[in-house]
Amino acid sequence: MCGIAGLIHRGKSSNVGSELQGMLQALKHRGEDSTGYALYGDTDGKNFIMRFKVGENVGEGSSSVMEDVSVYDERKKIVDQTLSEMGAKVVKEERTLPYSLRYEIDYDTKDLLDFSQRIESIPGVEILSMGKSLEVIKDLGNAKMVCDRYSLDKVVGTHAIGHARMATESGVDIKSAHPFWGYPFSDVSVVHNGQLTNYWNNRRVLENKGMRFMSECDSELIAVYIAEKMRHGASLEEGMKESLTGLDGVFTYFVATKDSLGMAKDTMAAKPLVLYESDDLVAMGSEEIAIRSVLPQEIDTYDPFDGEVKVWQI
Amino acid sequence: MANLKTVSKKSKAQSMGMHTEVLTGRTQQKFFNPDEAENFYYFGTYDVDFNKRTELDVKDMTAPEANKEIDNLMSQGYGTIVIKNPQGKHSLGVGILNKLNLIFEGSLGYFGMGSCDGPIVRINGRVGWSCAENLMAGKVVIEKNAGSCFGAAIRGGDLICKGSVGARTGIDMKGGTIIIGGDAGAFTGFMMQRGRIIILGDVGINLGDSMYDGTIFVGGEIGSYGSDAVDSELTSSDQDWLKRKLKVAEIGENFDVSKMKKIVAGKKLWNYDNLEPTEKKGAI
Repeated sequence: MCGIAGLIHRGKSSNVGSELQGMLQALKHRGEDSTGYALYGDTDGKNFIMRFKVGENVGEGSSSVMEDVSVYDERKKIVDQTLSEMGAKVVKEERTLPYSLRYEIDYDTKDLLDFSQRIESIPGVEILSMGKSLEVIKDLGNAKMVCDRYSLDKVVGTHAIGHARMATESGVDIKSAHPFWGYPFSDVSVVHNGQLTNYWNNRRVLENKGMRFMSECDSELIAVYIAEKMRHGASLEEGMKESLTGLDGVFTYFVATKDSLGMAKDTMAAKPLVLYESDDLVAMGSEEIAIRSVLPQEIDTYDPFDGEVKVWQI
Repeated sequence: MANLKTVSKKSKAQSMGMHTEVLTGRTQQKFFNPDEAENFYYFGTYDVDFNKRTELDVKDMTAPEANKEIDNLMSQGYGTIVIKNPQGKHSLGVGILNKLNLIFEGSLGYFGMGSCDGPIVRINGRVGWSCAENLMAGKVVIEKNAGSCFGAAIRGGDLICKGSVGARTGIDMKGGTIIIGGDAGAFTGFMMQRGRIIILGDVGINLGDSMYDGTIFVGGEIGSYGSDAVDSELTSSDQDWLKRKLKVAEIGENFDVSKMKKIVAGKKLWNYDNLEPTEKKGAI
């Protein structure tokens, strides 16, 4: 089933970590195999923030295997060495969990493709997100469990999207959890509720164009699809509109960039979405109850129609 | 079987299995008398007084707890119940088979007022997916917007949304009336079998797709017609009925119903074939 939620504050910052946690926790009945956050925090914009993992948290049906912490340590050393070779300077380093790391990197580049390819060429290493503002945090368990584990409740920023997952198309692990980073674009993330039926056809086409897939989760296709469109000059909104015909199946998805948040709904409107929109806040989720966690007072909400695409700026 | 030409009227009826005597003993069979309609209740329902009013704050209750408390209040004779702080909870007000005046001061989540028979409900907010699914009788009024599958499979009653509704409104409906003040999404009236849908605004793609029967009236633009949905002539009696229905629904009172489009089933789909499935198989 899965549940998705997102919010964007316009003209101000707020405690988006705590707000999104409340929204996703309200949707936990839609799935709590894993939960993921894409938070756009307030930063000085100088350094890249790289969230990456050097191992897996393995759940039911996962094709991954649990490994010893010493393996993680070894991979981390190789990552550090590779960064040094590329001239990237690690300004700040946090290791929340043995397999999950957060680096602030001083690195002067606009094209992250080569950078990402080199890091991810290290076996067992996956970049969860890369950006000046974006941080993707995802792990097994419900929203509160993940929030507590990674201390996300104090994150202040402008917007965020998240996902409560009931695993159906692939196993329970971090690599299959949402959100997905819009590799190789800085600060692009995607969450999705639904099933894509032309996943393999699209994947083959995109892989031939040099795009990378880290999981076998159909939702990853949306991130890669949009990223590929943007790579060829399309705006976020244009890419999303093209996806309505390029992707087959039933879906509602959100895409976020450094300064915007968008939603798209398939032409059959088979997946739910409730939307609240005001001058200073847009909040949306699979169910009204998610929005109520941040706006308990009586408000006007609505369901976007079939084939609808909307994008908001901060 | 007895010879029906020679037996008396009473024994003929008995021979044909038609009862003329009042059944006693263990039988549960009841004979309906219109004069006693007021005395008929579902098992486990209550005789309530509309003038006996109370409020119920469900903010800290789960949906089952709230529904159980509504039932408890009805058992005490309360005929008007105001629900405070529904907060988008799912499945509130389901399965009420009682006459009741129920008012929600806020929005409902999924499956609100499902499988009801008889209550008059006003929701001063929005509703999520599948509101009033399987409604059999009564009236449900939503002051704001509604989600998808609004009025799915209703058998009777009036279901009114003053705002806009999502996709598949009236899917599989078998009777009753759905009235929408705003726009409606894709696949409205999908596989509807009886009943009427009135949409004052625009409607999305595939309107009335695979409808068996029933009627859809649209005041605005139509995205596209579904399979076997066709235009029909809007008669003067249709217009009279529309005016009366909109007035009762307190919606679109000044709406010009003469310009509405009327959509019905073309009855060209396979299910209108005279052949039984086994015959069809043989013919193929």
